[in-house]
Amino acid sequence: MPDSTRRLPAIIKSHSAQLFDSWIQLQLSAGGRNAALIKEAELRKQSQDFLTVFTNAVQSANLTNIEGPEWEPVRNNLAELSKSRARSGFTPSETAMFVFSLKQPLFSLLRTALTKEPEKLADETWETSLLIDKLGLFCVESFQKTREDIIARQQQELLELSTPVVELWDGVLALPLIGTLDSARTQVVMESLLQKIVETGSAIAIIDITGVPTVDTLVAQHLLKTVAAARLMGADCIISGIRPQIAQTIVHLGVELGSVTTKASLADAFSLALRQSGLAVVKREARSAESLTAKGK
Amino acid sequence: MLTLEMSEVFPIHSDSDIVAVRQVVRKRAVELGFRLVDQTKIVTGASELARNTLNYGGGGSCKLEILSNGARQAIRLTFEDHGPGIADIDQAMKDGFTTGGGLGLGLSGTKRLVNEFEIYSKPGEGTKVVITKWK
Amino acid sequence: MDRIPILKMGRILLVTIQVDMHDRMATMLQDDLTQRIVATRARGVLIDISSLEVVDSFIGRMIGNIAAMSSVLDAQTVVVGMRPAVAITLVELGLELPGVRTALNVESGMTIISSSLQSEESDADVGNE
Repeated sequence: MPDSTRRLPAIIKSHSAQLFDSWIQLQLSAGGRNAALIKEAELRKQSQDFLTVFTNAVQSANLTNIEGPEWEPVRNNLAELSKSRARSGFTPSETAMFVFSLKQPLFSLLRTALTKEPEKLADETWETSLLIDKLGLFCVESFQKTREDIIARQQQELLELSTPVVELWDGVLALPLIGTLDSARTQVVMESLLQKIVETGSAIAIIDITGVPTVDTLVAQHLLKTVAAARLMGADCIISGIRPQIAQTIVHLGVELGSVTTKASLADAFSLALRQSGLAVVKREARSAESLTAKGK
Repeated sequence: MLTLEMSEVFPIHSDSDIVAVRQVVRKRAVELGFRLVDQTKIVTGASELARNTLNYGGGGSCKLEILSNGARQAIRLTFEDHGPGIADIDQAMKDGFTTGGGLGLGLSGTKRLVNEFEIYSKPGEGTKVVITKWK
Repeated sequence: MDRIPILKMGRILLVTIQVDMHDRMATMLQDDLTQRIVATRARGVLIDISSLEVVDSFIGRMIGNIAAMSSVLDAQTVVVGMRPAVAITLVELGLELPGVRTALNVESGMTIISSSLQSEESDADVGNE
């Protein structure tokens, strides 16, 4: 049925107030979680805003392709709605029902207006149903996208949180790696180490892999590249905590450690770092009991 | 399915042109939201290839395209010249930067900076190198 | 054409590269530095690249050349302030900087050069006793 002969545009335009009222009544009486998750005033506003852009879009020559420019305000409206409802805790179905629930009052309106033209009524009802379905599905997809964006952001935050670089002493950094390393995570971690080296002006960085059960070629290469990069920047790296299995893997894979300094434990590495920095840890003289009580007086 | 979102061409006939290519590549990489390390890699790769185009190829051009595959975007750079061309591409890819015996074009190094690397060259017909970096 | 300024600080020459240099400028810097080392009998060259966002093979080779020439002229070269992204890219590129010492900043670079000059002097003293 060509869009130009559609009756929906005119019918909606002339009965907009009535449509809004019956729709709102339906939504409020449907109960469910609507009442718990959203205030009536907000529901009214959301419904009015949607009806306004919907009515406008329907006035255009395009009543079938909701991806068209005439429907952009409606798409934006539904995208915003999905986002806010997702945050309020609605499920995708509940959010889509917002759109689907418009069918009942719309069809009533059509029935009253086209009561003397049964064939036209049937066609119009079908076409209108298709249109509302498309909008409802768009709602669901928007909802999905919002959720995916939130997950992506949380993943990034988790990645950043799990790569702590510690300042052990002036000019000495430590990066204790824990868990299995994958290529992507290793890259992020190594970049943040290099960044910390610049920020703190630390000339020595200890990369401790005590908590890493296995290392594959890719990860080993990333480690070596990081050490090389740090050297170019003017800092030295010490790799500590290499487990026997990892040592075997490194030899087996033919990875050349070359001039990279390695130490069995983080403590040994720290000791070396202090020496290289020209520092030493010295025991203080024990205070006698007398001098302590003298101070107390 | 790849869509072309933008295409620009820049001449490479002088030192300053190499700098200009570096600057526009960085600009586009920043606009597309590339991470800093990836920005640096694509700009450095562009600098290497632009220099080759000028010094080895006798001058040529750099075409900068922005592509999209729906979900991700990429910068694609095509360096073209009508210079002497490369007789043994495999060997050229093995050579490093030293101009000792080989051509010293640093192609293998540049290849490691990007996601996709293609090279077409025939002696007497010039050289075309296409590099792509995905965001 | 603009030239990169070379500062003299005692027996050390300090070069701060702050612009995206074109190749000819880099070559000029190499020549200027060599002349200044001889003219001032400098014992150290400090190249500050903390402002450089990109270091490609040409600049890399320039730095390597400066280091080699300085060495012949009895001066040490220290490159300071390389940015992480630049370092990562150079490693990936497979570019090496032979004979070039590096430091995090100008201060540590100076310390490297002056302590090595001092130990030279004390070695010489020991020799004279």
